[in-house]
Amino acid sequence: MSVIQTHPESSFGLYIHWPFCLSKCPYCDFNSHVHDRVDHDAWREALVREINHYAAMTPGRVLSSIFFGGGTPSLMHPETVAAAIDEAQKRWNFSNDIEITLEANPTSVEADKFTAFRRAGVNRVSLGIQSLREKDLEFLGRKHNVGEARRAIEIAGATFDRFSFDLIYARPQQTVAAWKEELEEALTLSGGHISLYQLTIEPGTAFFAQHARGDFMIPNDMAAGDLYEATQDILGAAGMPAYEISNHAKPGEESRHNMTYWRYGDYVGVGPGAHGRLTLDGQKKATRAHRAPEIWLNDVTAKGHGAHPFEDVTPDQRMTEALMMGLRLSEGIPLSRLEHESGRHRDTFFDAKKIKALSDEGYLTLSDTHIAATASGRQRLNALLSYLVG
Amino acid sequence: MTKPLEHIRNFAIIAHIDHGKSTLADRLIQSCGGLEAREMTEQVLDNMDIERERGITIKAQTVRLAYTAKDGIEYQFNLMDTPGHVDFAYEVSRSLASCEGSLLVVDSTQGVEAQTLANVYQALDNNHEIITVVNKIDLPAADVEAAKKEVEDVIGLDTSRAVAVSGKTGVNIPALLEAIVTDLPAPKGNPDAPTKALLVDSWYDSYLGVVILVRVIDGYLKKGQKIRFMATGATRDIDRVGMFTPKKVVLNELGPGEMGFITAAIKDISDTRVGDTITDERHQCAAPLAGFKPSVPMVFCSLFPADSSEFEKLRESIGKLKLNDASLHYEAESSQALGMGFRCGFLGLLHMEIIQERLDREFDLDLIPTAPSVVYELKLTNGDNLTIYNPVDMPEPQRIAEIHEPWIKATILTPDEYLGGLLQLCQERRGTQVELTYVGNRAMLVYMLPLNEVVFDFYDRLKSISRGYASFDYAIDHYQEGDLVKMEILVNQEPVDALAMIVHRSQAERRGRQLCERLKDLIPRQMFKIAIQAAIGGKIVAREDLSAMRKDVTAKCYGGDISRKRKLLDKQKKGKLKMRQYGNVDIPQSAFIAALRMGDEK
Repeated sequence: MSVIQTHPESSFGLYIHWPFCLSKCPYCDFNSHVHDRVDHDAWREALVREINHYAAMTPGRVLSSIFFGGGTPSLMHPETVAAAIDEAQKRWNFSNDIEITLEANPTSVEADKFTAFRRAGVNRVSLGIQSLREKDLEFLGRKHNVGEARRAIEIAGATFDRFSFDLIYARPQQTVAAWKEELEEALTLSGGHISLYQLTIEPGTAFFAQHARGDFMIPNDMAAGDLYEATQDILGAAGMPAYEISNHAKPGEESRHNMTYWRYGDYVGVGPGAHGRLTLDGQKKATRAHRAPEIWLNDVTAKGHGAHPFEDVTPDQRMTEALMMGLRLSEGIPLSRLEHESGRHRDTFFDAKKIKALSDEGYLTLSDTHIAATASGRQRLNALLSYLVG
Repeated sequence: MTKPLEHIRNFAIIAHIDHGKSTLADRLIQSCGGLEAREMTEQVLDNMDIERERGITIKAQTVRLAYTAKDGIEYQFNLMDTPGHVDFAYEVSRSLASCEGSLLVVDSTQGVEAQTLANVYQALDNNHEIITVVNKIDLPAADVEAAKKEVEDVIGLDTSRAVAVSGKTGVNIPALLEAIVTDLPAPKGNPDAPTKALLVDSWYDSYLGVVILVRVIDGYLKKGQKIRFMATGATRDIDRVGMFTPKKVVLNELGPGEMGFITAAIKDISDTRVGDTITDERHQCAAPLAGFKPSVPMVFCSLFPADSSEFEKLRESIGKLKLNDASLHYEAESSQALGMGFRCGFLGLLHMEIIQERLDREFDLDLIPTAPSVVYELKLTNGDNLTIYNPVDMPEPQRIAEIHEPWIKATILTPDEYLGGLLQLCQERRGTQVELTYVGNRAMLVYMLPLNEVVFDFYDRLKSISRGYASFDYAIDHYQEGDLVKMEILVNQEPVDALAMIVHRSQAERRGRQLCERLKDLIPRQMFKIAIQAAIGGKIVAREDLSAMRKDVTAKCYGGDISRKRKLLDKQKKGKLKMRQYGNVDIPQSAFIAALRMGDEK
């Protein structure tokens, strides 16, 4: 049995990627594919085999979360979801309060499968609502309407222990007043968790070309700042402050799986294009599976996994990654974690001049035990990181 | 065999740019059989690409022509093509000093221009006989009488013997050739006196080494002769004596009154100073020719490679240009904002432009030039004198007693509808009017102007105000005390060295505000607010604040994004090498480059 040398506080997650969608959303740059026909049996078989492959490398670990992401995992057959969960439970130990999340689209067909997913072991869903306004759903290329969205939320609430949903804001022409109204409406539907993403234009998406052509404009940094700050105010007043840049929860309702990423814990990535971070014999490895669904499937069938060769993550890179992820959280980062990842003493981490400049500006706090970005620091985190790490 | 003096005519062609000087020279060469028609490229005397394209001559050239006149005698013509521009005024004056006459070429559709004037005055200073040649008479807009009248009115030359020609079609070229024999004087000289020759110009030839253009006054220059350069004291053995037809032809000797070239195994052009006197080492002439002075750079700017890895290439390239241009001065300079580069001295604005263009074109270098500045003479409070070539070197104000700046005498000829705008321009630039006269419907303006007001964008403004119709020429006149200050641009309280400038106190606020506003537009907003200030001494004269950016954060960052985002951060770290730190902020070098490239106008 290999020596486990992860940070004592850290949890351990399993991410399972389902790459298929009914249609491609114009803003999405995730690894998703639209196929007419999917061989569900073959895919079930392959996911189970790859879970097995990783489990063999990480014996004895206690799994604290599973996350089905995509693509559109609500298009999976519930039997496939069940097989994956069962295999994971066989090969690892589950923690008592394991969180098993599935991302779902709120179309009526998918909502009707929720009970089956619950029977398969899913105890939390994350719904891609995106908007409560018909014209914006249309702009965002979504296949559901507002009525379906509300119904899906209702069913999710009745079916699962916990649920969350996503909204996308800073849409073209969106005013602060209109967004506030929509957000208040959303809060009445919310369980304990909500993800609020600012619309960004990513290369390789349909929006990228349309935006470049000038078909629409998105708010500049000033207007985006107004929308972001309004969002913080409303959610804070509703008792769901941001625990991460785009994620809000009532205390205790945070996504445990995503916390693993942000706290820079280990996670296994299964399925095409999935990434992982695994500490094996004290060495942090970056894992990455082949992105193309067919190639991944063939690879798993042939050799039991679809991964590229693992890459070592150096101590300096671990430091950067831990900072980059951890400063997204309002709780910040315990310095002990950074010491663990970098192998260096905390006194050597930062340029005192830069820390002072950031603190003076109210962007950062550094105590004896923690470093954390303030709310206004998190609002400018890209620049902050570039300054601090550069 | 050298020609008897009375059968030699040495003459220069002087003209305003584009008045057809080179075309006329081509026609004269062709008419005398110097080149076959198939060998004629247009403007055979302008060798460099830039000379040809911009219609300017940088190096002096001579061509020896054989012309059989109506009296049946074969005459030797030495045609001198001079650099017409004032930046090369000293070279021009040496070229003119080697001749006894000039052809003053005036475009029959344009009349007299500012540069024509400057050149004619120089020719007159050299006691030249002048033949007025009214050119381009093939054009429909040609007005020979009006052009002649302008020459009489503005310059005061008698034009009764003027020759009207077309260099392009060859009309009346025979009459001009005959006029050269009858109207221009033969050179004087003594074949029996010790050798005395004028060094007219020199250039580097990769096969022959330095080629020296000479005009023999007394005695002879022969192969194998040991010669002495009187100003530098250097001695050399002549390898080769020859002439240009314009092809190089080797001769046995050059005699009194003749022009030609010599080579003497010289590697470095700075050993051969324009205006120097060449004599025989064993039989030296009693006194050198008058008027030798080294050329002095008047305009300075710094050149930085846009890509800092090209610094060595820039060094090599400037070195190569220097091989052929002794008047180009340069030394390495290090700027916090722009990295390593060179502080360069030029004879004038055109010279600066030509060098920049050649570096760009012949060496494929992308350059960032700083704003041009002039040479200031300082008197310090401790009694010392100090010459300032770079605003960065300016001492603290309390150490300075007086600052003296160069003034020029500028001549502007303009159609009168633009006169108002040009007068205003000259006033704005602290000018003092010396003269305002009318020539037909054109005005001739003479102004005293501080050179530092002219080096920046005066010429561009003049062209735009007059829609390109005004012509402008200048000569350095004198140094005079001025109320000048060093203005610095501060970013977050730290000076940006490359943007420092010396300006007149009255202009400081306007220029400072302009630069600050421009930088505010060019510097990307950052996490920290940025103060952009213009300061004189410790005093802030203009300020712009660039507020901190409101929002800059990636909305989604999950397990699948870590590697990519980390690589992005690493890439930014490398990108920072192209940034300069001012206080808490990193400013991309490109912002300063853009500020420098935008010139004075928004």
